[in-house]
Amino acid sequence: MNITRRHLLLLLPAAALAWEHVLAGTPEAAPNYQMSQHWWGMLIDIPKCIGCGNCVRACQAENDVPDGYFRTWVERYHVADWGLENPDVDSPDGGKHGFPPAREAGGKNFFVPKLCNHCADSPCTQVCPVGATFISPDGVVLIDKKYCLGCRYCVQACPYGCRFINPKTETAEKCTLCYHRITKGLTTACCENCPTGARQLADLKNPSDPIHEFLKTHTVQVLKPHMATYAKVYYNGLDGSVR
Amino acid sequence: MNVFHDAGHLFRLAAVFLAGLVLFLVLRGFLVPRSFGQYGHYRGAAIAEIADRPVHFAGHQACETCHGDVQEKKAAGRHAHVNCEACHGPLGQHADDPTSVQPPKLDTAVLCVRCHEQNAAKPKTFPQVASAEHSSGLACDTCHQPHSPAIAGAGAGK
Repeated sequence: MNITRRHLLLLLPAAALAWEHVLAGTPEAAPNYQMSQHWWGMLIDIPKCIGCGNCVRACQAENDVPDGYFRTWVERYHVADWGLENPDVDSPDGGKHGFPPAREAGGKNFFVPKLCNHCADSPCTQVCPVGATFISPDGVVLIDKKYCLGCRYCVQACPYGCRFINPKTETAEKCTLCYHRITKGLTTACCENCPTGARQLADLKNPSDPIHEFLKTHTVQVLKPHMATYAKVYYNGLDGSVR
Repeated sequence: MNVFHDAGHLFRLAAVFLAGLVLFLVLRGFLVPRSFGQYGHYRGAAIAEIADRPVHFAGHQACETCHGDVQEKKAAGRHAHVNCEACHGPLGQHADDPTSVQPPKLDTAVLCVRCHEQNAAKPKTFPQVASAEHSSGLACDTCHQPHSPAIAGAGAGK
């Protein structure tokens, strides 16, 4: 085959266009989903939590979380009558198989489900040296597994202990707020499987979401507000002893 | 007097720098993904990759398209707001292919106590039993129907 200079000059723009197409990557997974129309968070109603561990099991099944690691877990608090500052907290296997009877009688006992708080101003995204973790335009803190080096900087930066290093991939991992579900119009696996409605996915940009009425009429807190992370997991009925 | 009289070596140095800069820009163009910086200091295509994962829990809306009878039965009872997969487990595959993937049979002896076993940390209003004393070893579904657990004619029906 004989390529003249004229043919080569004609071929170059075509090759450039093709290369552009290769670099553009995969198309948007859910074409009807507009990132700019959502701002995701979650509501956790502590007085409704029964510590059944359904959320922990559902999360593991949905997201292939390795055994012994947790994207969400349930803690049991025991606060003695005199010890608000020193609660006794346990979480056997993340609460995956429920909780044994309380060790001590009396005091105050309750469950606190925990997960990534999807902070609007998160320390974990600020410390990543390679831009592998970020907050998406719809308010979900995500990890780009292809970019993560596994340096563990974000793991120690999270004030809530929500991140871990996956032993198989050696990359950081955490709750994605079931991003693959919420972008398809489903709720998260933990909310879907919570039998008492203690966990509810909330879209703060949707004016008809019941979260707005709930936030107006209840005393709602976030974890560690003094860290100024602007956490978006709202706890109703949160006790002062919860850390 | 010509200021560029002995400037040849400066131009050569400048040419080396220029070649280095061009090499850097070309390499950068190849190595940095096109979607990097699309929304911020990260790879924009990563969002679509994360959203592309398969779904394991089909969601109760999917269940109710076929199992409307169970939904009606459930709606009348205390388990109205307990979603199907909370007990039946992840059944996304069954929803995709209802004939060849059948959900496993459930054991009420394991299932009911997950929620209803007595525990001091559970809300006081939540129905709880000490299973060992409550049923003297009988399976829960001897008396209670899981989709509508109140026992007919038993008054309060906890």
